[in-house]
Amino acid sequence: MREVKSSIKKVDGYGLVSGKPVYTDDLAPKNSLVVKILRSPHAFARIKNIDTTKAEQLDGVECVLTYKNVPRNIFTRAGQGYPEPSPYDKYILDEYVRYIGDEVAVVAARDEFTAEKAMELLEVEYEVLEPVLDFEKSKGSKSIIHPEKDYQSESFVSSDPENNIAATYEMSIGDIEKEIETSDVVIKERFYTQAQAHVMMEPHTAYSYMDMQGRLVVVTSTQVPFHVRRILARALGIPIKKIRVIKPRVGGGFGGKQAIHGEPYVALVTLKTGKPAKVYYTRKEVFESTYTRHPMRFDITIGADKNGKVNVIDVRGLSDTGAYGEHALTTFMVAGSKVLPMYNKVKAVRFGGDVVYTNHPPAGAYRGYGAIQANFAIESAMDMLAEKLNMDPVKLREINMIRENETSPIFKIMGEGREGVDMIVRSCKLDECVEKGAKKIDWENKFRSKKEGKKVKGVGMAIAMQGSGIAKIDMGAATLKLNEDGSFNLLIGATDIGTGSDTILSQIAADVLNVSTENIIPYSSDTDVTPFDVGAYASSTTYVSGNAVKKAAEMMKEEIIKAGAEYFEVPVEEVEFDGKEIKAGDKKIALRKLAEILYYNENQKQLSTTGSYVGEESPPPFMAGFAEVEVDTETGKVDLLNYVAVVDCGTPINPNLAKVQVEGGLAQGIGMAMYEEVKYDKNGRLLTNNLMNYKIPSRVDIKNLDVELVESYEPTGPFGAKSVGEIGIDTPPAAIANAIYNAIGVRIKDLPITPEKVLKALKNK
Amino acid sequence: MKISITINNVKREIEISPSEFLLDVLRRLDYMSVKKGCDTGTCGVCTVLMDGKPVLSCSVLAASADGHEITTIEGLENDPEFKAISTALLEEGADQCGFCSPGLILNVYAMKKELKNPTEEDMKKYLVGNLCRCTGYVPQMRAIKKYFEVKA
Repeated sequence: MREVKSSIKKVDGYGLVSGKPVYTDDLAPKNSLVVKILRSPHAFARIKNIDTTKAEQLDGVECVLTYKNVPRNIFTRAGQGYPEPSPYDKYILDEYVRYIGDEVAVVAARDEFTAEKAMELLEVEYEVLEPVLDFEKSKGSKSIIHPEKDYQSESFVSSDPENNIAATYEMSIGDIEKEIETSDVVIKERFYTQAQAHVMMEPHTAYSYMDMQGRLVVVTSTQVPFHVRRILARALGIPIKKIRVIKPRVGGGFGGKQAIHGEPYVALVTLKTGKPAKVYYTRKEVFESTYTRHPMRFDITIGADKNGKVNVIDVRGLSDTGAYGEHALTTFMVAGSKVLPMYNKVKAVRFGGDVVYTNHPPAGAYRGYGAIQANFAIESAMDMLAEKLNMDPVKLREINMIRENETSPIFKIMGEGREGVDMIVRSCKLDECVEKGAKKIDWENKFRSKKEGKKVKGVGMAIAMQGSGIAKIDMGAATLKLNEDGSFNLLIGATDIGTGSDTILSQIAADVLNVSTENIIPYSSDTDVTPFDVGAYASSTTYVSGNAVKKAAEMMKEEIIKAGAEYFEVPVEEVEFDGKEIKAGDKKIALRKLAEILYYNENQKQLSTTGSYVGEESPPPFMAGFAEVEVDTETGKVDLLNYVAVVDCGTPINPNLAKVQVEGGLAQGIGMAMYEEVKYDKNGRLLTNNLMNYKIPSRVDIKNLDVELVESYEPTGPFGAKSVGEIGIDTPPAAIANAIYNAIGVRIKDLPITPEKVLKALKNK
Repeated sequence: MKISITINNVKREIEISPSEFLLDVLRRLDYMSVKKGCDTGTCGVCTVLMDGKPVLSCSVLAASADGHEITTIEGLENDPEFKAISTALLEEGADQCGFCSPGLILNVYAMKKELKNPTEEDMKKYLVGNLCRCTGYVPQMRAIKKYFEVKA
């Protein structure tokens, strides 16, 4: 029975569309205390005094927390593997507040009204400090954002808090200066990318309660339940075994729920009061007090010979991590490691720079992190190089891009936070992606077409790569358990956040066992019940967790055959299992019957298997994106008429769900390219703190997205699959910028590309 | 204060505070399909039908729903139109995180009753208030067009 390569419906789909109570807040106990967080009105300040007396005296208030009565264990909320590649620079509550929206105090009351009233009664005296609001001036500024003595980071993270540096990174291969000097054509350009908000539809939310053994249970809308457990243990100073974390259905994450946000606050309230407590962030809090994408600046130098062979790429970056250093180092490194290997034929390549603190809301994980920022810069610069060479940009890519069975030294040098792994790209149909995409958008005609009139059309392109999990770090595990009716529980630490991973992981198990996917009952994820998995990030689930499920299923198949051999009293070699029956010669028994016997009658035992997987490599998915725009030269308005995306994500387990991942990624990439920008006033106050001021693409803005999957076979992936969660977001910024240039000859080098910028650039042309 | 609302064809007398919004009252009464997404009437996940017309329950005072009929997804589960819309969404994989689905479906349900032979542009305009961050809208529109075609 072929269950993979099949576009079955999501297994949780009906429950979701029929509005069943399956998300965190739907499940919170009715008697939960309502937790509200008082937030800093200052970008940088020291709390001189907090008087909580009046708030505590208010009827219905059960608990007030300030930095004075919470555990003071420095930690990071980043939600990554361990040892953690982000600096330890955050307390549950601190006497310093480092951005407008930072946590000052926590109130828990019997209802929302009382909690809000209590917040108004908190009296806080601040010593206002000089904030750092310009990331280009942060390094070495007089204001030190993290003066705390117990600031620390792992040895591989070169933090320098005295100079406001959260992380710094340098790598270099070959003789950069010589290659630049001897190149026929050199491009040297500066690019900026903006902060972007995730805007998952479900705000951050969590609730907690004590179980009957006195353990803390935290139910949370998270991408990383096991990391939440570990980080909470550290922050709260209680053993891991005293904490259980459960993830119900999650209303979107995109990296924003890789970190922990409200969890420590509800947990502490429950620990202090013994009562259930819940927090549900307002949309303003989601915008103001969670994460954004890291804004970055890049100085790109590319040198090539006159035939278009790129000799050297030199990238100098600067990244703004905001008030805390979550994902500071890793996002920055990905800007190199998930872009530069695409041009693997260079003689020299260099990447480096600083990630600095500012008094803005912290930056953190966001789909395609680092990659989309650097992709915009490098893929824009590649087009500028093509023009200087008088060469078709498609041809320039074809000359220089990576191909199947090739490698790049960067794979080994740059991992995430640490050294990476050497690998050969075993599956790569990037060449086919480019060729097909060019044909679909009608590149030959449209690229060369005459550009005149009030409204001008143009096409542009970009290529991208991602990874499939973090090699040698990301581990996923899965347990299969045979039920007495022949069905199987599939317990997975992997975290379905709406992506459909419960479905595709069930398909993988079903395919190996040769049963229908309906006979697999997936459950994700609960730290007491499911085996470990790092969670949903870094495009890891299909590849890493998928391989774990495949292993568990193969082991289950063996167990069933073994049990059949014992039942028939024949050697294992004589037994076969076809998904329905266990056979040995002319003897046969239905799986259902054998399962029942194993439960109740003979040789009784529970068949259960656990497979674990950690990638030895991280096979990249690839794509080519082609944009067709129409620019109104009188208003600067850009219409994105068509977007063609041709993607190689190996052999998709569920082609339909893989395609939707790309479509959703494209829309977010288009948002970053054209609409979305997190903006602050001169005091660091967030201006874009609701969905009216922060514009994500609406249904009307997204016109034609034409996504095609080009099938390759990744030999290390489950059934040839690679991951696909992030790749779709990467190309729109550069492809759209290139299309605008090709239409009207105006090059926008800072995102987003707004009509104002286009018009201004046209006037200055 | 006390109000009387018919929710999914069941008449209910409900004690509310005058400042409460319909969204909070419905969730308090366990109509959990009605979601809270933005607090400012801009995301569409709290959409319910009031006397058959879509409204944003986060922006409707519960008091003003007094004497009206409210429909949530819980009330449509056996409705053939709901079955057809949801099946189309599921077939296209347009139910990603699902948080926007109930609101979207209610709006599609109302659109079907209101618009005769809408074009894709008409549909997009009608549904523009239902934001989605997972799907890029494209699979949702494929599903909704399919639903209209099959029923036409």
